[in-house]
Amino acid sequence: MNVTYSDLQNKIVLITGATRGIGNAIAKELAKNKCHIVFNYRSNPEAATSLCEEFKTLGASNATALNFDITDFNKMKEEVDSFIKEHGAISGLINNAGIAKDQLVLRVKPDDITQILDINLKGTMVLTNHLCRNFLRAENVSIVNMSSVVGLMGNTSQSVYAASKAGLIGYSKSLAKELGSRKIRCNAIAPGFIQTEMTEKIAEKAQEEYKKSIPMGDYGNTQDVANLTLFLLSSASSYITGEVIKVDGGLYI
Amino acid sequence: METIEKVIKIVSEATKVDASNIKAETNFIDDLNLDSLDMVEMMMKMEEEFGVEIPEDKTEDLKTINDVTNFLKTIN
Repeated sequence: MNVTYSDLQNKIVLITGATRGIGNAIAKELAKNKCHIVFNYRSNPEAATSLCEEFKTLGASNATALNFDITDFNKMKEEVDSFIKEHGAISGLINNAGIAKDQLVLRVKPDDITQILDINLKGTMVLTNHLCRNFLRAENVSIVNMSSVVGLMGNTSQSVYAASKAGLIGYSKSLAKELGSRKIRCNAIAPGFIQTEMTEKIAEKAQEEYKKSIPMGDYGNTQDVANLTLFLLSSASSYITGEVIKVDGGLYI
Repeated sequence: METIEKVIKIVSEATKVDASNIKAETNFIDDLNLDSLDMVEMMMKMEEEFGVEIPEDKTEDLKTINDVTNFLKTIN
């Protein structure tokens, strides 16, 4: 089911990790709600241009691709500042970019920790902190951080990923407290098992086992996460801040 | 308009404190009860009004109207 929020029309929303998976589904919903979508890409300008066209075709009031890697903080600031100068204040931010490298605690290397935390946690914090001055100039600001149920409940072979996602929850709540007086909201979404390219690679037997642990008996889909993200971005959730909302079919109750 | 008058006008508008009650030695935190976020917003207004950039690390030293006025004079 798709929901439309009229206040999202022309809203400038920056989303990281919009080229695939959950981020891509969210971006498409933003497009259908006539937002001005801003997303980052790392290395393929042709693909970014074609994604912009796709978003516009779906209804986006505009679509802009910024060339930066979430861990290249100087380039990120440069690209974002130049965008704001040209188009005006960003009033929606979806920190969705993230990676997972599943491995047993015994095998985790320091470099893996650095990489996962840099992308999942530090990148989000640097980008959001940098945008705070811009947020003070904008209206109806909403920040949505993509955490994970794993950040709440932990998971075998995902210690670093879980730590990064738990970190995002602490960061989201702190931001909500610090900026609430300026009506700047920040919430976190904790998806459970969501059907993406990543889950398709899991062996069928393992998938059946995973599904048994979900009270609703099946994976969620990217649309489920997109629906909640748009609700949190829109004024329909204007009194909700500092929340962590699970989209997990009851996986972690 | 003198720099100090302009600074007082901006602060008065932002804090709703009458300009006649704001002096050169007025302290943002002790006298006007501004918090750190108020201070960031105040400096952003100064930046817009004076067309300058006030480095984040500098704002901690700007405690009074006089501090801001003198700083703006040095960079203008």
